Amino acid sequence: MNDNQQNPIDAIWDFFCSLKLSITTLILLATTSIIGTVIEQGSTPEAMAQKHGWNLGLMQFLDKSIDAFNMYHSWWFIGLLGLFAVNLICCSIKRLPRVWYTVKNPVLVPEEKMLQAFSNSEELTVKGDESAIKEKVNAFLTSHFAAATVTEKDGKTYYYAEKGAWSRFGVYVTHLSILIIFIGALMGSFWGYKGYVSIPEGSETDRVYRRDKQAEAPLGFTVRCESFSVSYYEGTRRPREFKSVLTVSENGQVVIKDRKVIVNEPLTYNGIVFYQSSYNPIGDPSFGLQVKERASGQVIDLRVPFGATRPLPGGGSVRVENYGDNGMIVRLGVTGTDGQRRIVDIYDPSTNISDERRGGEYIFTHTGFFQRYATGLQVAKDPGVEVVWLGCFLMVIGTMVAFFMSHRRIWVVLTPGSKGMNLRIAGNANRNQPGFEIGFDELKKAFKNEMSS
Amino acid sequence: MLFNIVTIAFFASMVAFIIYLATRSEVVALIGNVGAWVGFVASTAAMGLRWYESYHIPGGYGRIPLTNLYESIVFFAWSIILIYLIVDIKYKQRAIGAFIVPFAFMGMIWAQLGLDKSIEPLVPALQSNWLTYHVITCFLGYGAFAVACGVSIMYLIKIGPEERSKGTPLTGLLGMFPPSRVLDDINYKSIMIGFPLLTLGIITGAAWANYAWGTYWSWDPKETWSLIVWFVYAAFLHARFTRGWVGRRAAWLSIIGFAATIFCYLGVNLLLSGLHSYGS
Ligand code: HEM
Repeated sequence: MNDNQQNPIDAIWDFFCSLKLSITTLILLATTSIIGTVIEQGSTPEAMAQKHGWNLGLMQFLDKSIDAFNMYHSWWFIGLLGLFAVNLICCSIKRLPRVWYTVKNPVLVPEEKMLQAFSNSEELTVKGDESAIKEKVNAFLTSHFAAATVTEKDGKTYYYAEKGAWSRFGVYVTHLSILIIFIGALMGSFWGYKGYVSIPEGSETDRVYRRDKQAEAPLGFTVRCESFSVSYYEGTRRPREFKSVLTVSENGQVVIKDRKVIVNEPLTYNGIVFYQSSYNPIGDPSFGLQVKERASGQVIDLRVPFGATRPLPGGGSVRVENYGDNGMIVRLGVTGTDGQRRIVDIYDPSTNISDERRGGEYIFTHTGFFQRYATGLQVAKDPGVEVVWLGCFLMVIGTMVAFFMSHRRIWVVLTPGSKGMNLRIAGNANRNQPGFEIGFDELKKAFKNEMSS
Repeated sequence: MLFNIVTIAFFASMVAFIIYLATRSEVVALIGNVGAWVGFVASTAAMGLRWYESYHIPGGYGRIPLTNLYESIVFFAWSIILIYLIVDIKYKQRAIGAFIVPFAFMGMIWAQLGLDKSIEPLVPALQSNWLTYHVITCFLGYGAFAVACGVSIMYLIKIGPEERSKGTPLTGLLGMFPPSRVLDDINYKSIMIGFPLLTLGIITGAAWANYAWGTYWSWDPKETWSLIVWFVYAAFLHARFTRGWVGRRAAWLSIIGFAATIFCYLGVNLLLSGLHSYGS
């Protein structure tokens, strides 16, 4: 760019093609990304200042100046990503045709200068019948490396063999994959949305709350929550599974019946995906109790709503006072035949804590917890997600090719001379030179052996 | 028990490699190497056993031992040693063990002394095969970056005196270090292994997030930091490929990259808040 003769268009073009720009962009993206990991995204200056005791003025300034509370969607961050994309596109436009040309038009007849530039080369002279030698060279290249293209020019014979020419495209596949991922992400942000539904057990909805519009929108079909349940690891309070059973219908027709939806196993219909994400109790629960009167041995089964009182045999009564841990513990207010009120805690049978040993007038067993829930489902529509996966797949393939494969080329030049046939073998790889050298050294040895035999 | 053997083996290996630098005794180097192997095998067995045990805890349903901070550190140490052993087989540069095995040892000693070792059943969000792929690829990548960082430190220690000596071979401790050219090459090769693994780690993490939460990318601090690490190493590779950044600058970038990796792994959990909450 110090070149004053260069016209401005070319200067801009060179700027967008330059690797300096890519490295600068990468480093800028890396450093600026840190801001958003320190400042909680979606929070407010006031909340952050209060939570961490940070300076409120500074927080407000960062909010106004660089949109620090939503920085990954700010104009300047998107701008950096855009620069990144433009850089990749320009670079590819500039380089790809050249690479294409190199692959399509291999140097079949290298110039003397080119051959001398290769550090990997070897020369020997052999005597014998010309056509037999040619035959041998051909067979050697085919069996040890790859079939060769033969060119005769100015009395010399040139053999050219190559491997992995297509690996030169690995870099471009990688770079293209990044663009594909960007396209997928853009598709998602234009045509997709994130939302939320909460459906009480036994009821249904055909609308979704969209976060982007902050309003409800029609789904185009109906989702019914048949049931919701939480299961626990045996004897613990650790949730094992949150499970909704959902039925989808469209135009009054059931299309998916009783589908189980758990965390990590969403339900998809019409490109809209439902993820198990939360749950809420609706209304008060009721409790299954088995009561045994110790004196008479009489057993009764009760179902008692929270806060309700039920009579017991012999004239006492029981009331559900409180409960905890999703109904695993139930606190009962028990009035005995003597009119005295006592507090009794009973536990879910899986805990193996029995009420028998308390020695009261009545023995209580916890036989059930009946709570109606509403399941909370995250809803996402993202038509770009497949495109993103395609991009990821290409990135992995492209990176492997770009890093671990190379375009290897071997030339053999036959020059007839007075002392016999002069053979020169030379080779080159566009990447991983040291690795290629080791292979080439062996090839050289084999070449010498076979040609002189 | 077995994990203690791992810790001791890494410790022995580390000490042996350091003594090797001072004494040049090939026997001591061999002890260091054997220590690394013993630790590696014991660690593999210990993780296998823990996996087996997870089926037998009360209410347990079996799960791969990669789901809490303790287990992840153990696996991190294992990954570092794995990559180190591969580099050792390929390059046969015993001295680098003195700068790599300590990373694994520090991880193990912290895990053994400071972290909760209990095996807990998994919460629903972690019950996914993607978790396994995600953790394995990420940590193998981190292991490769640790190796790259270790040799970069050696490079920076060695290069000054080497340049000043103008071609005459160095004596003493530094003379035991591999030639700086070789250190630079190992740095580059390790990152070339680590980078695709990190790429896979980020992709499998995104796939998992997409299954569990319906978004493949949410700019959560952990995700963002893994991307920062990815940017740093991408910059490293590009600077190297086309601008010939080798030597000092490459070594510094590699060390910065590993610092970012460690922050991504531990700092985010301990200092920032987000979805990945081993730390809590
Ligand atoms: C997975 C990630 C990436 C890999 C594996 C990768 C790989 C490569 C490789 C191997 C080269 C060297 C090409 C050569 O020697 O001729 C290269 C060049 C380049 N890369 Fe990347 N790259 C990646 C990401 C990126 C990104 C994110 C950018 C963003 C700006 C970028 C921009 C460039 C540019 C401008 C060049 C130089 C032009 C060229 O030689 O074609 N790359 N990349």
